[in-house]
Amino acid sequence: MTETVGIVIVSHSSDIAKGTADMVRQMVGSEVKVAFCGGNPDGGLGTSVQLIIDAINAAWSPKGVAVLVDLGGAETNSEMAVEMLEPARRDLVVVCNAPIVEGAVMAATEAAGGSTLAQVKAVAEELSAD
Amino acid sequence: MLDRADGQIFTGNVRLVHAVGMHARPAVKLTKLAKKFQAQISVRVAGAPEWINAKSVAKIMAMRAAHGSTIEIKASGTDAEAAVAALVDLVASDFPDGAG
Repeated sequence: MTETVGIVIVSHSSDIAKGTADMVRQMVGSEVKVAFCGGNPDGGLGTSVQLIIDAINAAWSPKGVAVLVDLGGAETNSEMAVEMLEPARRDLVVVCNAPIVEGAVMAATEAAGGSTLAQVKAVAEELSAD
Repeated sequence: MLDRADGQIFTGNVRLVHAVGMHARPAVKLTKLAKKFQAQISVRVAGAPEWINAKSVAKIMAMRAAHGSTIEIKASGTDAEAAVAALVDLVASDFPDGAG
Protein backbone atom coordinates (compact mmCIF):
# COMPACT_ATOMS: atom_id res chain seq x y z
CA MET A 1 0.00 0.00 0.00
CA THR A 2 1.26 3.46 -0.83
CA GLU A 3 1.87 5.86 2.02
CA THR A 4 -0.75 8.52 2.65
CA VAL A 5 -0.59 11.77 4.60
CA GLY A 6 -1.75 11.26 8.20
CA ILE A 7 -4.53 13.31 9.79
CA VAL A 8 -4.58 14.66 13.35
CA ILE A 9 -7.69 16.19 14.91
CA VAL A 10 -7.23 18.57 17.85
CA SER A 11 -10.32 19.85 19.65
CA HIS A 12 -10.98 21.38 23.05
CA SER A 13 -13.48 18.57 23.57
CA SER A 14 -12.52 14.90 23.53
CA ASP A 15 -16.04 14.07 22.31
CA ILE A 16 -15.68 16.36 19.29
CA ALA A 17 -12.21 15.04 18.53
CA LYS A 18 -13.34 11.43 18.71
CA GLY A 19 -16.57 12.10 16.80
CA THR A 20 -14.69 13.86 14.02
CA ALA A 21 -12.22 10.98 13.78
CA ASP A 22 -15.17 8.54 13.61
CA MET A 23 -16.66 10.51 10.73
CA VAL A 24 -13.38 10.41 8.83
CA ARG A 25 -12.98 6.66 9.31
CA GLN A 26 -16.56 5.90 8.31
CA MET A 27 -16.74 8.26 5.36
CA VAL A 28 -13.27 7.97 3.93
CA GLY A 29 -12.10 4.58 5.17
CA SER A 30 -9.20 3.11 7.04
CA GLU A 31 -6.40 3.67 4.51
CA VAL A 32 -5.57 7.04 6.05
CA LYS A 33 -4.09 7.12 9.54
CA VAL A 34 -6.17 9.32 11.82
CA ALA A 35 -5.25 10.30 15.38
CA PHE A 36 -7.11 12.68 17.64
CA CYS A 37 -6.85 14.39 20.99
CA GLY A 38 -9.19 16.64 22.89
CA GLY A 39 -9.56 18.00 26.37
CA ASN A 40 -6.90 18.64 28.96
CA PRO A 41 -5.28 15.83 30.99
CA ASP A 42 -7.78 16.45 33.85
CA GLY A 43 -10.70 15.60 31.61
CA GLY A 44 -11.92 19.17 31.16
CA LEU A 45 -12.13 21.28 28.04
CA GLY A 46 -8.79 22.32 26.61
CA THR A 47 -5.84 21.12 24.61
CA SER A 48 -2.52 19.69 25.70
CA VAL A 49 0.74 20.13 23.85
CA GLN A 50 1.95 16.71 24.94
CA LEU A 51 -1.24 14.96 23.79
CA ILE A 52 -0.98 16.76 20.43
CA ILE A 53 2.64 15.58 20.05
CA ASP A 54 1.54 12.03 20.85
CA ALA A 55 -1.27 12.22 18.27
CA ILE A 56 1.07 13.55 15.56
CA ASN A 57 3.50 10.70 16.23
CA ALA A 58 0.63 8.18 16.22
CA ALA A 59 -0.58 9.37 12.82
CA TRP A 60 2.95 9.70 11.48
CA SER A 61 3.60 9.05 7.81
CA PRO A 62 6.72 9.69 5.73
CA LYS A 63 4.47 11.90 3.58
CA GLY A 64 3.67 14.09 6.58
CA VAL A 65 0.76 14.92 8.82
CA ALA A 66 -2.04 17.48 8.43
CA VAL A 67 -3.48 18.84 11.69
CA LEU A 68 -7.08 20.10 11.94
CA VAL A 69 -7.94 22.28 14.93
CA ASP A 70 -10.96 24.00 16.41
CA LEU A 71 -10.64 27.20 18.44
CA GLY A 72 -7.76 29.48 19.45
CA GLY A 73 -5.68 27.43 21.88
CA ALA A 74 -5.96 24.32 19.76
CA GLU A 75 -4.11 26.17 17.03
CA THR A 76 -1.43 27.77 19.18
CA ASN A 77 -0.82 24.56 21.13
CA SER A 78 -0.63 22.61 17.86
CA GLU A 79 1.96 25.04 16.54
CA MET A 80 3.89 24.62 19.78
CA ALA A 81 3.64 20.84 19.47
CA VAL A 82 5.06 21.01 15.95
CA GLU A 83 8.02 23.05 17.21
CA MET A 84 8.71 20.44 19.88
CA LEU A 85 8.79 17.50 17.47
CA GLU A 86 12.10 15.95 16.57
CA PRO A 87 13.69 18.23 13.93
CA ALA A 88 13.31 15.75 11.06
CA ARG A 89 9.54 15.73 11.51
CA ARG A 90 8.86 19.43 12.02
CA ASP A 91 8.84 20.36 8.35
CA LEU A 92 6.43 17.55 7.54
CA VAL A 93 3.57 18.74 9.73
CA VAL A 94 1.12 21.50 8.80
CA VAL A 95 -1.72 23.05 10.78
CA CYS A 96 -4.61 23.66 8.38
CA ASN A 97 -6.73 26.79 8.38
CA ALA A 98 -10.02 24.96 7.95
CA PRO A 99 -13.21 24.03 9.79
CA ILE A 100 -12.37 20.97 11.87
CA VAL A 101 -15.03 18.48 10.70
CA GLU A 102 -15.28 19.44 7.04
CA GLY A 103 -11.55 20.03 6.82
CA ALA A 104 -10.75 16.62 8.32
CA VAL A 105 -13.08 14.75 5.95
CA MET A 106 -11.82 16.60 2.89
CA ALA A 107 -8.17 16.37 3.89
CA ALA A 108 -8.54 12.63 4.46
CA THR A 109 -10.33 12.17 1.13
CA GLU A 110 -7.47 13.94 -0.63
CA ALA A 111 -4.88 12.01 1.37
CA ALA A 112 -6.49 8.67 0.48
CA GLY A 113 -5.61 9.28 -3.17
CA GLY A 114 -1.92 9.48 -2.29
CA SER A 115 -1.65 13.27 -2.56
CA THR A 116 1.21 15.30 -1.14
CA LEU A 117 0.98 17.19 2.15
CA ALA A 118 0.70 20.50 0.28
CA GLN A 119 -2.20 19.18 -1.80
CA VAL A 120 -3.98 17.84 1.28
CA LYS A 121 -3.61 21.18 3.06
CA ALA A 122 -4.85 23.08 -0.01
CA VAL A 123 -7.98 20.93 -0.26
CA ALA A 124 -8.77 21.32 3.45
CA GLU A 125 -8.35 25.08 3.09
CA GLU A 126 -10.50 25.31 -0.04
CA LEU A 127 -13.46 25.83 2.27
CA SER A 128 -11.99 28.93 3.87
CA ALA A 129 -10.62 30.36 0.62
CA ASP A 130 -13.42 32.81 -0.05
CA MET B 1 1.25 4.43 -32.32
CA LEU B 2 1.35 8.08 -33.23
CA ASP B 3 -2.38 8.54 -33.02
CA ARG B 4 -2.93 8.33 -29.30
CA ALA B 5 -6.36 8.58 -27.75
CA ASP B 6 -5.34 11.33 -25.31
CA GLY B 7 -7.42 13.98 -26.98
CA GLN B 8 -10.57 11.92 -27.10
CA ILE B 9 -13.37 12.76 -24.72
CA PHE B 10 -15.51 10.01 -23.25
CA THR B 11 -18.88 10.80 -21.74
CA GLY B 12 -21.55 9.05 -19.73
CA ASN B 13 -24.90 9.81 -18.16
CA VAL B 14 -26.30 8.19 -15.06
CA ARG B 15 -29.35 8.75 -12.89
CA LEU B 16 -28.69 9.48 -9.25
CA VAL B 17 -30.74 6.86 -7.43
CA HIS B 18 -29.38 7.67 -3.98
CA ALA B 19 -32.28 8.53 -1.69
CA VAL B 20 -30.91 11.86 -0.49
CA GLY B 21 -28.96 12.89 -3.56
CA MET B 22 -25.27 13.73 -3.64
CA HIS B 23 -24.60 14.27 0.06
CA ALA B 24 -21.31 13.94 1.89
CA ARG B 25 -20.69 10.19 1.83
CA PRO B 26 -21.42 9.63 -1.86
CA ALA B 27 -19.33 12.71 -2.66
CA VAL B 28 -16.35 11.23 -0.83
CA LYS B 29 -16.76 7.91 -2.65
CA LEU B 30 -17.07 9.54 -6.05
CA THR B 31 -14.01 11.70 -5.45
CA LYS B 32 -11.90 8.82 -4.18
CA LEU B 33 -12.78 6.71 -7.19
CA ALA B 34 -12.09 9.57 -9.61
CA LYS B 35 -8.64 10.06 -8.10
CA LYS B 36 -7.69 6.50 -9.02
CA PHE B 37 -7.61 7.52 -12.67
CA GLN B 38 -5.08 9.65 -14.51
CA ALA B 39 -7.76 11.13 -16.73
CA GLN B 40 -9.20 14.59 -16.30
CA ILE B 41 -12.75 13.96 -15.16
CA SER B 42 -15.62 16.44 -14.89
CA VAL B 43 -19.21 15.99 -13.77
CA ARG B 44 -22.32 18.13 -13.65
CA VAL B 45 -26.00 17.81 -13.02
CA ALA B 46 -27.51 17.45 -16.50
CA GLY B 47 -27.85 20.84 -18.12
CA ALA B 48 -25.98 22.76 -15.41
CA PRO B 49 -23.87 25.60 -16.80
CA GLU B 50 -20.59 24.52 -15.22
CA TRP B 51 -18.60 21.31 -15.17
CA ILE B 52 -17.10 20.35 -11.83
CA ASN B 53 -13.75 18.66 -11.28
CA ALA B 54 -14.66 15.14 -10.11
CA LYS B 55 -11.48 14.96 -8.03
CA SER B 56 -12.43 17.98 -5.87
CA VAL B 57 -14.39 16.71 -2.90
CA ALA B 58 -15.41 20.19 -1.78
CA LYS B 59 -16.89 21.00 -5.19
CA ILE B 60 -18.63 17.64 -5.52
CA MET B 61 -20.26 18.06 -2.11
CA ALA B 62 -21.34 21.54 -3.08
CA MET B 63 -22.97 20.48 -6.36
CA ARG B 64 -26.14 19.45 -4.52
CA ALA B 65 -27.38 16.95 -7.06
CA ALA B 66 -30.85 15.82 -6.05
CA HIS B 67 -32.32 12.33 -5.98
CA GLY B 68 -33.50 11.37 -9.46
CA SER B 69 -31.32 13.91 -11.25
CA THR B 70 -29.05 12.86 -14.07
CA ILE B 71 -25.31 13.20 -13.62
CA GLU B 72 -23.22 13.83 -16.73
CA ILE B 73 -19.65 12.62 -16.68
CA LYS B 74 -16.91 13.42 -19.16
CA ALA B 75 -13.27 12.47 -19.15
CA SER B 76 -10.19 12.83 -21.30
CA GLY B 77 -6.77 11.22 -21.01
CA THR B 78 -5.27 7.78 -21.15
CA ASP B 79 -7.74 5.90 -18.95
CA ALA B 80 -10.74 8.14 -19.62
CA GLU B 81 -12.99 5.41 -20.96
CA ALA B 82 -12.46 3.21 -17.89
CA ALA B 83 -12.92 6.21 -15.59
CA VAL B 84 -16.31 7.07 -17.06
CA ALA B 85 -17.41 3.44 -16.88
CA ALA B 86 -16.31 3.11 -13.25
CA LEU B 87 -18.02 6.34 -12.16
CA VAL B 88 -21.25 5.52 -13.98
CA ASP B 89 -21.21 2.13 -12.28
CA LEU B 90 -20.60 3.69 -8.85
CA VAL B 91 -23.54 6.07 -9.16
CA ALA B 92 -25.85 3.50 -10.80
CA SER B 93 -25.14 0.98 -8.06
CA ASP B 94 -25.96 3.59 -5.40
CA PHE B 95 -22.47 4.00 -3.93
CA PRO B 96 -22.05 0.59 -2.30
CA ASP B 97 -19.82 0.31 0.76
CA GLY B 98 -16.28 -0.57 -0.12
CA ALA B 99 -16.48 1.18 -3.49
CA GLY B 100 -14.28 4.12 -4.32
